[in-house]
Amino acid sequence: MEYRRLGFIALIIIVLIGVVVLIGGGQISPAVIIVSMLATTIAVATPLTLGALCGIYCERAGVVNIGIEGMMLAAAFFGWFGAIYMNTILEMSPLPSLIVGVLIAMLTGGLLGLLHAVLSVTYKVDQIIGGTVINILAIGVSGFLNRQLFFESGSVFGGQIPHAPGVLPRLQVPFLVDIPVFGKVFEQQPIAITAIILVVVTHFVLFRTRWGLRTRAVGEHPRAADTVGINVFRMRYANVIIGGLIAGLGGAYFTLESVPSFEPLMTNGRGFIALAAMIFGNWSPFGAWAAALVFGAAQALQINLQFFRELIPPQWAFLQQSYVVGLVPYILTMLILTGIIGRTTPPAADGIAYEK
Amino acid sequence: MTPVLEVRGISKQFPGVLANDRVDFDLNAGEIHALLGENGAGKTTLMNVLYGLYSPDSGEIIRKGQAAIMRSPKDAIALGIGMVHQHFMLIPVFTVTENIMLGSETLKNGQLDRKAVSARVSELSQQYGLEIDPEAFVRDLPVGVQQRVEIVKALYRNAEVLILDEPTAVLTPQEVEDLIKIMRELTAKGVSIIFITHKLKEVLAIADRVTVMRAGKVVGTVAPAETDEAQLAAMMVGREVILEVEKGPAKPGEEVMQVRDLVVTDQRGLKAVQGVTFSVRSGEVLGVAGVQGNGQTELVEALTGLRQPQSGQILFSGEDMTDKTPRPLMENGLSHIPEDRQRHGLVMPYPIADNLVLCTYYLPPFGVNFVIRNTAVDENARKLVHDFDIRTPSPYVPTSTLSGGNQQKVIVARELSRPVRLLIANQPTRGLDVGSIEYIHSQIVHIRDKGAAVLLVSAELDEIMALSDRIAVMYRGQIVAIVDPDQVTRAQLGLLMAGVSKDEVFKGNGKVVEPAA
Repeated sequence: MEYRRLGFIALIIIVLIGVVVLIGGGQISPAVIIVSMLATTIAVATPLTLGALCGIYCERAGVVNIGIEGMMLAAAFFGWFGAIYMNTILEMSPLPSLIVGVLIAMLTGGLLGLLHAVLSVTYKVDQIIGGTVINILAIGVSGFLNRQLFFESGSVFGGQIPHAPGVLPRLQVPFLVDIPVFGKVFEQQPIAITAIILVVVTHFVLFRTRWGLRTRAVGEHPRAADTVGINVFRMRYANVIIGGLIAGLGGAYFTLESVPSFEPLMTNGRGFIALAAMIFGNWSPFGAWAAALVFGAAQALQINLQFFRELIPPQWAFLQQSYVVGLVPYILTMLILTGIIGRTTPPAADGIAYEK
Repeated sequence: MTPVLEVRGISKQFPGVLANDRVDFDLNAGEIHALLGENGAGKTTLMNVLYGLYSPDSGEIIRKGQAAIMRSPKDAIALGIGMVHQHFMLIPVFTVTENIMLGSETLKNGQLDRKAVSARVSELSQQYGLEIDPEAFVRDLPVGVQQRVEIVKALYRNAEVLILDEPTAVLTPQEVEDLIKIMRELTAKGVSIIFITHKLKEVLAIADRVTVMRAGKVVGTVAPAETDEAQLAAMMVGREVILEVEKGPAKPGEEVMQVRDLVVTDQRGLKAVQGVTFSVRSGEVLGVAGVQGNGQTELVEALTGLRQPQSGQILFSGEDMTDKTPRPLMENGLSHIPEDRQRHGLVMPYPIADNLVLCTYYLPPFGVNFVIRNTAVDENARKLVHDFDIRTPSPYVPTSTLSGGNQQKVIVARELSRPVRLLIANQPTRGLDVGSIEYIHSQIVHIRDKGAAVLLVSAELDEIMALSDRIAVMYRGQIVAIVDPDQVTRAQLGLLMAGVSKDEVFKGNGKVVEPAA
């Protein structure tokens, strides 16, 4: 990733944190604000990071996936439903219920990945259409089942919203939490920590292993891979399903780690922002993660600014409107996708079905 | 002696075509066996069967006396068969090492062992005299070097039989010579080579035996010493072929296009054409010779209105047309056969009939009051398909389904069926078979004799020598000499193309025709 891009990312994050420090610094120590901003940034960047990693696995293998949003939404719903079912009906204790919920979320993502692979690899359906199908399917299924299962009388939960088993507990990263002041940044929940580990793992897999070399070959020039005996279809299937599992984990973040509830459409475009992060990060795991942090910081701005609403000086009054600040991630997305910060190159065979 | 590879009675049917019809073929150890045939004769199909990419409908493959079953390239590789495809199977963003190891990776502690592979690549490249840098990215390498990477890729997999599919089609004359040396080196070390081509000269120069295919069948196998170009061409095409272009002397008339001090920049903003001055007269063919990438592409783009020149002047029929777009040029009688027929000459998914009116659809009789008259388009298509001998089941099949030669005929039909003052033809026969080349050459001579001016750009020296009435040699964006084809040898042209100054080349014997300014 070139310096210009990294510089841009660092600049935006500094500006976003700076705004909060400027406004709230009079009341609370800047160090505390910075730590809080960084911790929130890492936490809320989680679904973006995981969504972008899903995109990287799919697109490096040559399958465009715009269905990440739908995969996360469906996973968020089924993971949540699974956790509640375990907790309420099977009377499992909260933590195991949550873990089962996470696994169900990943399975949901993986199955939608399989669906996407069947559509785009086997049946060579236009991959944009395949992704759109998944998005629409996820909105419909999660919305419908949410109503049927929880709000209809005579449903599984008898028309009552059951008590949720809470969210995944915070963990402390060994050694790093002991750093004075900044240690707090490393107190994160498990999915957030897993996301960062997966960034490193994905980088290693893509660039150091046989699997990665073959995956990239299939995404760049599938016929070349075919002529040296690599099964293009199998590689694409496997990578799209792996991507789906990761998107499923991203979905679990919404209902099992962030808040203990489900609402229709709650992913709110995060899957698409994840795609933007993947593109801005030039289809590389670390690049995508850095880009996800920018969007995370924009969201952290919105969250942290709420605490200082009455401190906002009158000439900046427009910042008091939370929707103004809420627009920042979307404006950043548009800015980044126009390519003014430099263009990136997708894998050469991205989005093209392979005909033997 | 048992042949290293034998093919017996291979047949392969595709929808509508019998691509291979009971083909027999054998290859001896250490020999170069050429497989000659026109496009669509079934050479590549046969090789894809040998390499496990297609499974044959019937027949058998025998490797070293044992029947072999090829289900995928993996099986072929395991049997020591390697293939260098016409379109290279290399990944541009990978390094040479990564490309070579792909599919047969060496691992160390579960990680790719790039170092070990890179060392092995260096070793192979030294052993066989194939100079390559294992750390280079393939996208940065010239075509000739990429081909060497492909050969090393096969050798890395211990190939004893090497299939080279049209290896010379993309090479410069110098690179072809290097390749021939490499092929000799390989056979000396025990590798057997199947060499697929449709170029007669190369076959005679390097093959030990030649098998000719036509329409899916083997016509015969001959030794180069017992045959000549004319006989091979006749075997390929199935009739006598006139290899020499028949043309009378030129009757040059007025200057149709004058180019003065033209400077054209390329994509990167570098000066690709650096101030050229020349003119083309009616009734003559001006050939532009030069190794590819010396500014020919940019020159043609500027002359046809596709690229704005930076400075200089283009006069067409006396009018200043320097900054004009293609349409006014076309309406003034410019015809253009572009270098890349699939990208710039045709809309590939369109039916042939639509491609044939691509320049004139808006004019009567085709376009009347914003509506295209399909009856006129249909009539035009049927007439041109007949007149220009375009081989197609119907004028309404997508142009992409035609063979290369027939696609080119569609372009030629469209461009020459309009009133032509000037024809600019850029690599008009690249990749075409003997029959199509013969046809297109005769059309170019025909249009010249009807009084049109022709600017012919070609990397094929034979083509330039055969068709041109004057030859302009381009080197690094400049026209270094304009010569008379009757008074220059191929060797002299080759030197000029390589950048040797014309004083040096002609040593004062005065054979240079100065540009008619």
